[in-house]
Amino acid sequence: MSEAIDRITDLEEDTQKGKFLTFVVGQEVYGIEIKFVTEIIGIQSITEVPELPNYIRGIINLRGKIIPVMDVRLRFKKEFLEYNDRTCIIVIDIDGVSIGLIVDSVAEVLVIPDEDIVPPPHVNKVQNRYIKAIGKVGADIKLLLDCQQLLSEEELEVLNDLG
Amino acid sequence: MAQLEPMLELFVFETNQLIGELEEKLLVSEQEGFTNSINEIFRIMHTIKGSAAMMLFNNIADVAHSVEDVFFYFREEHPELTADENSKLIDLVLEAVDFIKMEIAKIEEGQESNGNAGTLNQSLSRFLEELQVKHPPQNQTKAPKKKESQKMSHNLTAQVSTKEEPVSASFQAQVLFSTDCDCIDLRAFAVLNNFKNRATIISYSPQELIDNDDSIAILKESGLNIIFDSALTIEQLEETLLNNAFVKEVRIGPIAASEVAVQSVTKEIILDDSEVKLNESEAKQQSSSNSTENALTAKQSMISVSVNKLDVLMDLVGELVIAEAMVTRNPELDGLVLDNFHKAAQQLRKITNELQDVVMSIRMVPLTQTFQKMNRIVRDMSRKLNKKVKLEIVGEETEVDKNIIEHISDPLMHLIRNSMDHGLESNEERKQKGKPEYGQITLEAKNAGGDVLILVKDDGRGLDREKILKKARANGLVAKDKDASEISDREVYSYILLPGFSTKEEVSEFSGRGVGMDVVAKSIEKIGGTVIIDSTPEVGTVITLKIPLTLAIIDGMTVRVGNSQYTVPTTSIRESFRMRPEDLIADPDGNEMILIRGKCYPIVRLHERFQVKTDIDQVDQGIVMMVESNDKGVCLFADELLGEQQVVVKALPNYIKKIKGIAGCTLLGNGSISLILDVANLCNELAS
Repeated sequence: MSEAIDRITDLEEDTQKGKFLTFVVGQEVYGIEIKFVTEIIGIQSITEVPELPNYIRGIINLRGKIIPVMDVRLRFKKEFLEYNDRTCIIVIDIDGVSIGLIVDSVAEVLVIPDEDIVPPPHVNKVQNRYIKAIGKVGADIKLLLDCQQLLSEEELEVLNDLG
Repeated sequence: MAQLEPMLELFVFETNQLIGELEEKLLVSEQEGFTNSINEIFRIMHTIKGSAAMMLFNNIADVAHSVEDVFFYFREEHPELTADENSKLIDLVLEAVDFIKMEIAKIEEGQESNGNAGTLNQSLSRFLEELQVKHPPQNQTKAPKKKESQKMSHNLTAQVSTKEEPVSASFQAQVLFSTDCDCIDLRAFAVLNNFKNRATIISYSPQELIDNDDSIAILKESGLNIIFDSALTIEQLEETLLNNAFVKEVRIGPIAASEVAVQSVTKEIILDDSEVKLNESEAKQQSSSNSTENALTAKQSMISVSVNKLDVLMDLVGELVIAEAMVTRNPELDGLVLDNFHKAAQQLRKITNELQDVVMSIRMVPLTQTFQKMNRIVRDMSRKLNKKVKLEIVGEETEVDKNIIEHISDPLMHLIRNSMDHGLESNEERKQKGKPEYGQITLEAKNAGGDVLILVKDDGRGLDREKILKKARANGLVAKDKDASEISDREVYSYILLPGFSTKEEVSEFSGRGVGMDVVAKSIEKIGGTVIIDSTPEVGTVITLKIPLTLAIIDGMTVRVGNSQYTVPTTSIRESFRMRPEDLIADPDGNEMILIRGKCYPIVRLHERFQVKTDIDQVDQGIVMMVESNDKGVCLFADELLGEQQVVVKALPNYIKKIKGIAGCTLLGNGSISLILDVANLCNELAS
């Protein structure tokens, strides 16, 4: 019985392995591992919460569950862009923490084999900590995000300190 | 609590309950003597022993067995105890109770139950021996019973029978277990245990059932052999045996009486007929039920449900309440004439409200158990401190939410200890002052609106205002030049709730480390309650805990500020009004305030406090709401009132953690989110 379950989960992981959901923020295309993604929803009314960093836009009601939403644009210190009907919220779940990522638009789901994934270059020895790797798809480049870093401890502590 | 396997969880739960019951009985017995409770105590110890042995906690079973031996002696002989012996007995049994409690706590934490009960067992049996010497048995025929019974093997209720001839027919049964049966020894033990209610077991083989590899081999090979007496028919007996788990086959046949005799020479055992005893004790209980004590603790038919399930149910009902509002107050219905729809909606609302009330009431638990625990603490402390103390309990049937009960047990314990240690005077001092010999501590609970008040009163010396004030000055809590007369008594007393504040010079075992009252205050605050202290010198101190009935659903007033909505708990709102611009007073720093009925209140503009954009910044355009907490009031300024409704409190997502001034959030009827204001926090912010 348990073996069967193991096999199924293996299979599931297998089907998810190497798959990335890509989305657009500004000019760049980013990718996150599909296993973190719970769902994609359109933009909806966000309740502002005071005393939070500006990139946490507030909280939303996802079918009775209340989750915070983060504007990825602001997270990467880009300019704020008014939300439109292409704006999406990607709901991700990392270690039990659900959070919505606001992105300009969602592109597609891609399979990027391991051999096409390369570590990011070291520019001035300072590596952007949100970029885990670079994926090559044909002539295009996708920046693969490190979800954990996105809501990293450091930031969490800042949030806690506010409390 | 660590996740335990279901059997273990049940064991822990049951044993805790039994131990609580036992403790209560003992304390009553200490006052009134043992005559009424011997059977009850015996039964409880017996059950604990049985289940502990079943779960293989031998140390617990051994202790329970020793205690059972003592009470067995009492039940049979009814010796007249001297006061000294009586108190020694209570001490010993309470020690045993503590031991079991500690072991259970270990098991609960997922640790190994490794306490050694050797000395405890010894002192118990020594005590029994002493008693037996001092009070020679009156009934000689029963005398040999005890001696032998103590030698009996450990896990079966052993009582050697002196019955000469079997009243009913004797049988032999072979019980075979199915091959895939794990823990065959335990199964066999369970079979015996169940079977003893139906039949008188004379002997069984293999003898050493539990934890013996040889026995396990025999059990697997040839099953469990039982020789027993019973008045039942073979079919009935067979059915009883087959009813046990993993029993594959049962062979039963009558045997000759001579055979029984031969068998029983080696060892005659009668398994305890606990059912009969139970009835007996119940009858006893009924006979004495006219006393209030028994009436209160009367058993009801109950089931135990995991709190998690209730939480889920509560959440669902919360969702239902919101969904109901979403449907019946749907904006798309505006302006339509829908008589029938509104009738049906009203019906729906009525049902959901009732459902909500019922679910809430399921979570409500009377304070009885928490209060009864205090009896023990008062008893132990009055001995150690050598102070004569009487504890009076009032209103223990008051019910509060399960979550809250868990949070008030420790603070209460602390308050009681404080009262006994600091509050009450020593016996001599009381005599000098002409106070009654016994110090009086009253633990009282009562309902007051949406709150429950729990009062801890003592008739001791009261708080020393000057001493507290002096200490507060030394700690820099009060400005040096501030006139003492400006500070109210309540304010002075509330200083003792601050961390590190203890006026007791010497640290005792129980209190005086100054890590007490602030912890009390914190844990009460955590559940949204407050601590109020009143005291009169030489008359006593009253500490009042004001705690909400429940945390999950509150009545709230929703206000709008810009595009945001905030919910204020209705209980903290004193009044709402529109103010005139000329009423506004501003100091040079720009702090705004308003004079209401001769008192000055600070004004908090919510849009400034929470940095929300809004067009309304003139005080006469918006609404002012006066809220109060801990006797401190502030006026909140918002754009407009949206209405009052019951809201289900939800925590903010973990990722955001805590934000000052926000207690949580809730979903409104239209699906939007409203933030619940933390009024106590807002009030404190400005007051300090």
